[in-house]
Amino acid sequence: MKISSALPLRNLRGNPVRTAILIFLTAILSLMIFGGTLMITSLKTGLHSLESRLGADIMVVPYEAATKSNLETIVLQGATGYFYMDEAKYQKIASTEGIGQISAQFFLASASSGCCSLSVQIIGFDPDTDFTITPWIKKSYGQTLQKYDIIVGNDLNAFVGDTLIFYGVECRVAAKLDKTGTSFDTAVFTNQETIKALIQSSLDKNMNEFKNINPDKVVSCVLINAAEGYTVEDVLNDINLHVKKVKAVRTKDMISGISDSLAGVSDIISILIIVVWIAGMLILLLAFAMSISQRKKEFAVLRVIGASQNQLAGIVMQEALLLCLAGSLMGAVLGLLILLPFQQVIEEFLNLPFLLPSAVQIAGYVLAAVILTILTGCIAVSVSAFRISRIDTALILRGDT
Amino acid sequence: MILKAEKLSKEFIRETKNTNRFCAVQETDFVLESGSFAVLTGRSGSGKSTFLHMLSGLMTPTSGRVLIDDKDIYQLPDQELSRFRNQHIGVIPQGQTALHSLTVLENICLPYTLYGEEAHETEALALLEKLEIAHLKTALPAELSGGELRRMAIARAFLRKPELILADEPTSDLDDQNTEIVFQFLRQAAQDGAAVFAVTHETNAAQYADRLFRMNAGQLQG
Ligand SMILES: Nc1ncnc2c1ncn2[C@@H]1O[C@H](COP(=O)(O)OP(=O)(O)OP(=O)(O)O)[C@@H](O)[C@H]1O
Ligand SMILES: [Mg+2]
Repeated sequence: MKISSALPLRNLRGNPVRTAILIFLTAILSLMIFGGTLMITSLKTGLHSLESRLGADIMVVPYEAATKSNLETIVLQGATGYFYMDEAKYQKIASTEGIGQISAQFFLASASSGCCSLSVQIIGFDPDTDFTITPWIKKSYGQTLQKYDIIVGNDLNAFVGDTLIFYGVECRVAAKLDKTGTSFDTAVFTNQETIKALIQSSLDKNMNEFKNINPDKVVSCVLINAAEGYTVEDVLNDINLHVKKVKAVRTKDMISGISDSLAGVSDIISILIIVVWIAGMLILLLAFAMSISQRKKEFAVLRVIGASQNQLAGIVMQEALLLCLAGSLMGAVLGLLILLPFQQVIEEFLNLPFLLPSAVQIAGYVLAAVILTILTGCIAVSVSAFRISRIDTALILRGDT
Repeated sequence: MILKAEKLSKEFIRETKNTNRFCAVQETDFVLESGSFAVLTGRSGSGKSTFLHMLSGLMTPTSGRVLIDDKDIYQLPDQELSRFRNQHIGVIPQGQTALHSLTVLENICLPYTLYGEEAHETEALALLEKLEIAHLKTALPAELSGGELRRMAIARAFLRKPELILADEPTSDLDDQNTEIVFQFLRQAAQDGAAVFAVTHETNAAQYADRLFRMNAGQLQG
């Protein structure tokens, strides 16, 4: 056994309190680095997920819906609600020049009690023309939806095979979607045939805000992708100019509010990480300096026995390495323990889409946080390591006698 | 082995009457051969430890040289000097010198284990036996008395059978019986061929020594 490689560990074990404090400090550093980057990435992943879920350049809604600003609360924030416009509008919109893809969607909110199992936003799509929901549903459900089949968002307390009742109509859960980190996680999806039946039933039960509508003759919104050669701007302006009582909105603009607050939150977290990193570096620098100088007599003794300057520095560095390794892993694990179970809470608290990246990516962030923490610790301890290697052994040995 | 000090002196920066330099050891020549046991006495603050530290390679002198077998040790790079001290010089410093996270036995075996060599526990235990602290081999330094710690340091310095032994007040915490044991140890080491140099306040150390020195305000008197 080479004692100079066993000594660091023995020293750490020899003073558990000091060791615990240092591990705690490095754990906090690593927790902040890891937790912070994971937060930022999750927010970005969430926004990206939202963008791709929206999946269209333009969304056309009845004018009242756009002005009452319930469009954003329904589409982006997961509030329940619905609005309708005449199907004729759809035809008019469809005849606009420069449209590549177009599909109508139908909204309905289920009631919170009585005839309905759950209070959720129900979104109906037209399987023949849909280009936003189908590609994404396909990942969870390969078949075509039959009448009264529904697909539930990941956060809903319903599972494949369950039967949910909406306005007295029994619907079968055909699939459950993967988590998106957006308001879609609390929504229910179905084809237009089913949703029209549900709307009819809500009318029959006199539970719809709208009284005199014919479910077969209305749509809630129209999603559009511009054709090649046309700019989104052109199509958008064209619709707003020529189709009355509707409002065409750029989906990018809809989520610009979200991306703005996301950028704000990311900035705050980034600044926090930097502040904590610098503070952590300084605190570790002092903590290591204290921990080493407390024991300078022991290092002087090692010199007397014949340890070289490099050996002393090596012992100090190894101690720091072990501490940082233990601390940074603990910090990362702590970060996972906080972020994994509470992502829902964070999502609600920030009111922003929040989606954890893949396990592989998370592992990457753990590794990065561990490496960065160890690096920080090594930089912080190098000052002490250098100083201890240059100690005036004779002077220290004279002390405390 | 032959230890030679040539015109060795040490000055410290310190305010005195006319200068800011304080001469702890004045220019001194000194020779110590294998097999001889030299004892240095003197008043507190006279420069004994300073002189001993310069001989051990732990304190760079202000002037002069320390030669071991005609090798100027202060010309060696740190790594070589450290390894040389490890293998050839046993230093017993003044005061307590235990590593607190290691047991008594591990402390004693340090001169070997520091460079990854086999611990030589049997020899270490034999030394502990002679110094009457064998029962403490697995104890931690914090559990030992001052005298026991001192004997531990002595055993550590002797373990490698160094050719040069430099002891700074090795018996300051010991009772008469153990003081005797330690001086017999030092005497025996000299007999076995080591060059031994001890700083002490013990008056009866003289009876073990081949040569007696006195430090008087930085002046070595033979
Ligand atoms: N690093 C230093 N800086 C300033 N003065 C020092 C330093 N080291 C030693 N001295 C001074 O040099 C003188 C000699 O010190 P030294 O330790 O050699 O004395 P000593 O003879 O060993 O005394 P003691 O018997 O008390 O151990 C003392 O006056 C001490 O104050
Ligand atoms: Mg002294």
